[in-house]
Amino acid sequence: MSFFDYEMLRLIWWGLMGVLLIGFALTDGFDLGVAALLPFVARTDAERRMVINSVGPTWEGNQVWFILGGGAIFAAWPHVYAVSFSGFYLAMFVVLAALILRPVGFKYRSKRPDPAWRTRWDWALFVGGLVPALVFGVAVGNVLEGAPFRIDSDMRAFYEGSFLGLFTPFTLLCGLLSVAMLVLHGSAWLALKVEHGPVHDRARAYGTVAALASILLFALGWAYVAFGTIGFRIVGAVDPFGPSNPLRTTSVAAPGGWLVNYALYPWMMIAPALGFVGAALALVGIRRGSEPLAFAGSSASAFGIVATVGCSMFPFILPSSVDAHSSLTVWNASSSARTLGIMLFVTLIFLPIVLAYTGWAFRVMFGRVTSRDVRTNPDFY
Amino acid sequence: MDLGVIDLSRLQFALTALYHFLFVPLTLGLSFILVIMESIYVMTGRPVWRQVTRFWGKIFGINFVLGVATGLTMEFQFGTNWSYFSHYVGDIFGAPLAIEGLMAFFLEATFVGLMFFGWDRLSKLGHLIVTFMVALGTNLSALWILIANGWMQNPVGAEFNPDTMRMEVTDFGAVLFNPIAQAKFVHTVSAGYVIASVLVLGVSAYWLLKGKWIAVARRSMTVAAAFGLASSLSAVVLGDESGYALTDNQKMKLAAIEAAWHTAPAPAGLTLFGMPDMAARTTRYSVEVPWLLGLIATRSLDHEVAGMSELVLRAEERIASGVIAYDAVERLKIDPANAAERARFEAHKRDLGYALLLKRHVADPRTASPALIASTAWDSVPNVPLMFWSFRAMALIGFAMIALFATAFLLCSLRLHLRTRWFLKLAVAAIPLPWIAAELGWIVAEMGRQPWAIEGVLPTFLASSSLGRGALWTTILGFTVLYGTLAVIEIRLILATIRHGPDEQKEDQPAAAPIPAVAA
Repeated sequence: MSFFDYEMLRLIWWGLMGVLLIGFALTDGFDLGVAALLPFVARTDAERRMVINSVGPTWEGNQVWFILGGGAIFAAWPHVYAVSFSGFYLAMFVVLAALILRPVGFKYRSKRPDPAWRTRWDWALFVGGLVPALVFGVAVGNVLEGAPFRIDSDMRAFYEGSFLGLFTPFTLLCGLLSVAMLVLHGSAWLALKVEHGPVHDRARAYGTVAALASILLFALGWAYVAFGTIGFRIVGAVDPFGPSNPLRTTSVAAPGGWLVNYALYPWMMIAPALGFVGAALALVGIRRGSEPLAFAGSSASAFGIVATVGCSMFPFILPSSVDAHSSLTVWNASSSARTLGIMLFVTLIFLPIVLAYTGWAFRVMFGRVTSRDVRTNPDFY
Repeated sequence: MDLGVIDLSRLQFALTALYHFLFVPLTLGLSFILVIMESIYVMTGRPVWRQVTRFWGKIFGINFVLGVATGLTMEFQFGTNWSYFSHYVGDIFGAPLAIEGLMAFFLEATFVGLMFFGWDRLSKLGHLIVTFMVALGTNLSALWILIANGWMQNPVGAEFNPDTMRMEVTDFGAVLFNPIAQAKFVHTVSAGYVIASVLVLGVSAYWLLKGKWIAVARRSMTVAAAFGLASSLSAVVLGDESGYALTDNQKMKLAAIEAAWHTAPAPAGLTLFGMPDMAARTTRYSVEVPWLLGLIATRSLDHEVAGMSELVLRAEERIASGVIAYDAVERLKIDPANAAERARFEAHKRDLGYALLLKRHVADPRTASPALIASTAWDSVPNVPLMFWSFRAMALIGFAMIALFATAFLLCSLRLHLRTRWFLKLAVAAIPLPWIAAELGWIVAEMGRQPWAIEGVLPTFLASSSLGRGALWTTILGFTVLYGTLAVIEIRLILATIRHGPDEQKEDQPAAAPIPAVAA
């Protein structure tokens, strides 16, 4: 077991946290994008039902990536779970309230034919898609900027910021990038999954705009990280095997600090490169009518953008902007080695099983949703 | 700490958890009832069973989404509202939650989509397997959540680490096979099966009274009667009272439920009714059945059932011992390498949590006087009248459910269930009862856990996040409005679905219109 020492387990769980967040962005990400696009790409009830049913059978499984992400951060990074969700308290409430609208929106909309009833649920689904996409991006922006919290000697966290303080020009930029990225992914999904016709055409049009916006916003974000004032670095020695006690680490603000890793580990440049190249490929795929290419491109872009955040910040997970001894890093915020080991064992067994039956479920539901389906299939939403 | 914030945090957790548990037990039970109904369809091939399955599947779907929606809140609420709890026990408590997502929730959520959309795309047997996977997933979910909850009641396999200022796992096997978690799992899923059976029984009875959809109603009723009888017996007989003799805090919970102010000679009598008085620490007008409590709680004639006064004396000793551990931890914060302090800590660490009870009254437990320790020991007693009455109401409903299903089973066996109108009316009226019992069950379990968030380890008043009252009021109001609206919508949709009845069965549908893989 010497390979799986505490340092290695922490590294693996840092990677697995990335896998879960990327899994969420790649699967539920298109559900969020599709929901945010719903009122715009589809105008009649039949069109909207095609859009809803393009994700209807699979979105519920996709959402588990989000729930599992929460559970896994709790299990592997309890400090991060405790500090981030209590610190971003009202933002988290907004996200949860919006996400709660989704399962009911998908299910209840079709239960009554009344157009007013259905329109209300369409807007609920729109909120359930757009708001989480935006707030997740804003939250990531705040993590990059550092959050105003301190930890006392009992390890109790105190948050000194406010809800409105979460919204700065940079965090809003991150929020918009998140929306663009997921709308691109959602429109690529619709282009792949909905029969040719007006919905398909509109999805391609929105996808084009979203791809361009993704590239532009990602470049702007990169420029801000390079030339702005954000970034942190650790001062003094780090013990990758030490107990998870943030008070024993000292960190300081270091403008440009989020680019240091790319000089140390040049292979990490793959992540931002994928972010740009993926969006460009998605654009080409959408324009040429090659939907698999568009979807692969948007997936690669989302993968690259999420991975860029992780690579830029390593070993930081949640830096504190107000206290040098409160920043949470890979080396000071994890569970015990025993818990990380047990959870790794469970993950190695069950994640492949999950991927296998998820793949099977997508295969069973393979094929485009047609206007005929929504007319004739009584099981459709 | 701001006690107002603690109370509001508890209020929000109670509201969202009790609300969540309106939907979850129906999901737990109805998923297996669907498996039974669909199995009969696959085995007999008779279309009416497909109709039965699809109708209850519709009810299942309407209910399922609210269980999922409100479960989202639960997964994140430990972090948002109980951040010190999350830090303090995340090393243990987080694992079952994460495994629940990975092993169970993925299963049910992925297959539930196929269950609704896959009727035309899967073979009969394939669809039955999908339905079974949903049932398996929901019930595995309950297992992992109750392992997490059971650990809060009986925190085995973990100890405090002064270097990280938190509890850490020492024996994951002990967490998994925690006897209290096992008892809770069996009891809770059985209660879920009862709830689902009562709904199916009651709705079928309603249709029979109206003379509508007789074919579907009488078959549904037969399934519900058999499944409900087995489940209600399991819920009552395998109730988790047997676990109450295990630890000091479980003993305290049992003593509070029974309003046992003092240890009685074995075998203890069971107080059927009475008026527990917290201030006078006595129970007025009590009616006692000799021997019964000793038999139930200790499964013996010669073991005592500890009373609250004696348990409080024990708590007092543990507080005094915990103060020594607390002192050692404070010194280790300054000098982690101090071997003498570490030895003192090791000798008293299992009582550390008891010293934390003092923090409600003094900032530094080390300054507490013996008199304060003695009065604080009484904090370890939960709200006795609430426990006493909640438990009795729950148990009474449990026995009523056995009687209901035994009657239903008898009538179905004698083929009298279509005609016995008084019983049909009773079955409709009984629908809300098991929900009340289930909610009371959570009140007994979690109010009985007070003053602890983690029994003997972390008091509730230390477990919350450092939030302001304004933020809490915002979310409490927000959740109340959102959940209230959704509850009204859900109930209306379920009632409309019941009134509309099962869809008319077309001749067993051909293997579906083939769907083009890719439309050109």
